[in-house]
Amino acid sequence: MERFDAIVIGGGLVGSAIAYGLARAGLRVALLDEGDVAFRASRGNFGLVWVQSKGDGAPHYQRWTRRSADEWPTLAAELLAKTGIAVGHERPGGVHLCLDDAELEARRAMMERMRVQSGNLGFDYRMLDRRELVDILPGLGPAVIGASWTPYDGHANPLYLLKALHKGFTEKGGRYLPNSTVTEAGAMPGDFRIRVAGGAIGAPKVVLAAGLGNAVLAPHFGLSAPVKPLKGQILVTERAGHVLPLPTTTIRQTVEGGIMLGDSQEDVGFDTSQKPAMMQTIARRALLSFPWLRDLQIVRAWAALRVMPPDGLPIYDQSERFPGAFTANCHSGVTLAGAHANLLAPMIAAGALDPSLALFSARRFDVSPAA
Amino acid sequence: MFRPRPESRSTIVAVVVEGRAVMVPEGASAAAAVLAAGFDSIRETPVAGGERAPYCMMGVCFDCLAEVDGMPNRQSCMVEVRPGMRINRQIRARRIDPKAG
Repeated sequence: MERFDAIVIGGGLVGSAIAYGLARAGLRVALLDEGDVAFRASRGNFGLVWVQSKGDGAPHYQRWTRRSADEWPTLAAELLAKTGIAVGHERPGGVHLCLDDAELEARRAMMERMRVQSGNLGFDYRMLDRRELVDILPGLGPAVIGASWTPYDGHANPLYLLKALHKGFTEKGGRYLPNSTVTEAGAMPGDFRIRVAGGAIGAPKVVLAAGLGNAVLAPHFGLSAPVKPLKGQILVTERAGHVLPLPTTTIRQTVEGGIMLGDSQEDVGFDTSQKPAMMQTIARRALLSFPWLRDLQIVRAWAALRVMPPDGLPIYDQSERFPGAFTANCHSGVTLAGAHANLLAPMIAAGALDPSLALFSARRFDVSPAA
Repeated sequence: MFRPRPESRSTIVAVVVEGRAVMVPEGASAAAAVLAAGFDSIRETPVAGGERAPYCMMGVCFDCLAEVDGMPNRQSCMVEVRPGMRINRQIRARRIDPKAG
């Protein structure tokens, strides 16, 4: 049985960012990827590196997201230097467009709550009225009455990010094992054996980063990962010359010129089908924001499943029963890639999660009902 | 490089590819007209500016993007020729004017 220093289960953005960070720290790492049968959220996401709406009522999540967005430029530059792959990261700030007074007031209230909750960290947001907005966003639709803005938001190309993490990982000596569905898992404290189609491997550390698969895997390691699917649908236009200087929550122009329109939130189980009604809703909202989108052809559209914890916040844990087993779950694999590679992986390499992550434990769901 | 099959001489349609008049059989695609006219490229890619010509001829590869009757980025292999159709090079990404309309 081949032994490694760590086994990461899940070759999507979460697993790859962690595996990359572990390999960079000098560990001998095996990265198990399932294959085309997996749901592969990392190949269907929208590509925002988004801060401004993350962590209302959960300051620890606001801080973690901010730290990740702050790590992003370093990670992107490092990946470019080491792999030659530009992941298309830009951080021009971002806006959330509001189409009516109620939306705008709710947004203003939320942004102000987040500023208060940010404490000493600060939360540098602004509410922009229509007059300011039309100067920033050319051809803004008459339906848009205002927006929230922060300088922290940005976007990247998630597919290049995934490719760069894989390449960086293998160039650091990591072993990438595709088509490796876990068929059997043996857990003892600091000693884990994982069986896949190609044979068995062992390591003193294991990281569960299998997206929706974590729900089933976690109990084998004395962990809990109650994640559920939340479907999102995306439309992409033909490539066009650059028009949009910054991303909005649901509309962004990629470095290559295509304009991505998202994103729905549909609680429909493990269903990845595209629905014309939702595609129409997405297109209609996009046209209200930018009527000139009408001239662009849609060239691709897809649906994918987010990995959603019950409260929307990430789950990070080390098993108490089987120390050495870690779990990482979130729906923001792009945004949190900076934190996963540069902050979380070093903690796992050192063998302990930082106390600042304690609030992300799945123990938060173990609340006894009141008598 | 490409010649029309000798037996396919039904009705002939005249189109204009990059200013050059081309005769193609009725029912042919605009991409076929590009190839019949002898062009070895019909677009430049949006980012790197690479030259591309029609390739898959079945709507999959998007390498045949061209400006057809003023409409940019048409998949020319999916467009049937009409008399007088004007097919022009797609140069890099299409431009959009957000202030218009």
